[in-house]
Amino acid sequence: MYILFALTGTGLILSLLKDRGKTMDALKTAWKKFSKILPAFLTVLILISVILYLLPDHVISAALAGRNKYLSLLSASLIGSITMMPGFVAYPLCGILLKKGVSYMVLSGFTTTLMMVGILTIPLERKYFGIKVTVIRNVTGFLMALTVALITGLIFHEI
Amino acid sequence: MRYEMNKKRVIRLSGVLLYFAFLLWSSMSDFQPGIAIGRNFLSFAFDMIKIVPCAFILIGLFEVWVKKETVERHLGEGSLFMGYVWAILLAGSTVGGLYVAFPVAFTLYKKGAKLSVIFTYVSAAAVYRIPMTVFEASFMGVKFTVIRLLVSLPLIILSSVLLGRYLKKKGFEIHDGD
Repeated sequence: MYILFALTGTGLILSLLKDRGKTMDALKTAWKKFSKILPAFLTVLILISVILYLLPDHVISAALAGRNKYLSLLSASLIGSITMMPGFVAYPLCGILLKKGVSYMVLSGFTTTLMMVGILTIPLERKYFGIKVTVIRNVTGFLMALTVALITGLIFHEI
Repeated sequence: MRYEMNKKRVIRLSGVLLYFAFLLWSSMSDFQPGIAIGRNFLSFAFDMIKIVPCAFILIGLFEVWVKKETVERHLGEGSLFMGYVWAILLAGSTVGGLYVAFPVAFTLYKKGAKLSVIFTYVSAAAVYRIPMTVFEASFMGVKFTVIRLLVSLPLIILSSVLLGRYLKKKGFEIHDGD
């Protein structure tokens, strides 16, 4: 995080030293882009806050720890697709589940869809890519995540 | 048309207002579900507020200082394999998540990067962000992380090439968030 602040600060200072007008243009561009996408951001934040309430950690854990591996993989991947969590929340949770005996395969499906498939960020993504490409990209991501999970399961001798 | 647009806006605005009214009412009458939702909202909003302004400033600086020819040469139609390598390196250094990758994707597009390289960047930004990868390996083991990275890489590039080829024929364009 501090690297990001430092990088932005240094970039701005260097840019200011070199050309004031251009730096102002850059800031104007930044503000214009930011304010244009702000409503979509707000929508996404509202969706996340509600979905995370409906799917608290213990519900997710229960879905991932099911008896049938393949059903668990499917539900893990679906939950991963409809939720959004920062890594510092998701990975400790997965670490705990791993110790509880949840398979690598299921956890791989969960974390990979968590990252690659963003149903909640569709309002944001469609503003850039349009709805059709957004859907294609997310469906492809879902299939890729399943592939990754199955290969993980094979390599860890879980299937 | 204009009336339609306004109608949509009004619906959206009243939805947002209703949401915040609900949060306010929850906190006043101690309604636990509402308070939990409000907490979720604040924690995510705070996470994004730390990252998003910096990301947009860097995007602005990039647009002003990096020449179109430079991006075209390294990430454009003429770039072969190296275009994907750059896309993945850029993805590794992306912070936040997809919500940062989308505006970056538009800027790359405007500067002349080809679609397959842009889609590789977006998908790779989802799975290859370096700080997150290190964090993952520490909880799940290096083997788990390496499998994920190695299996997803060819799939990401392959699907991006196919998608890019298909969309180029269709005359697809990336928009600046509108």
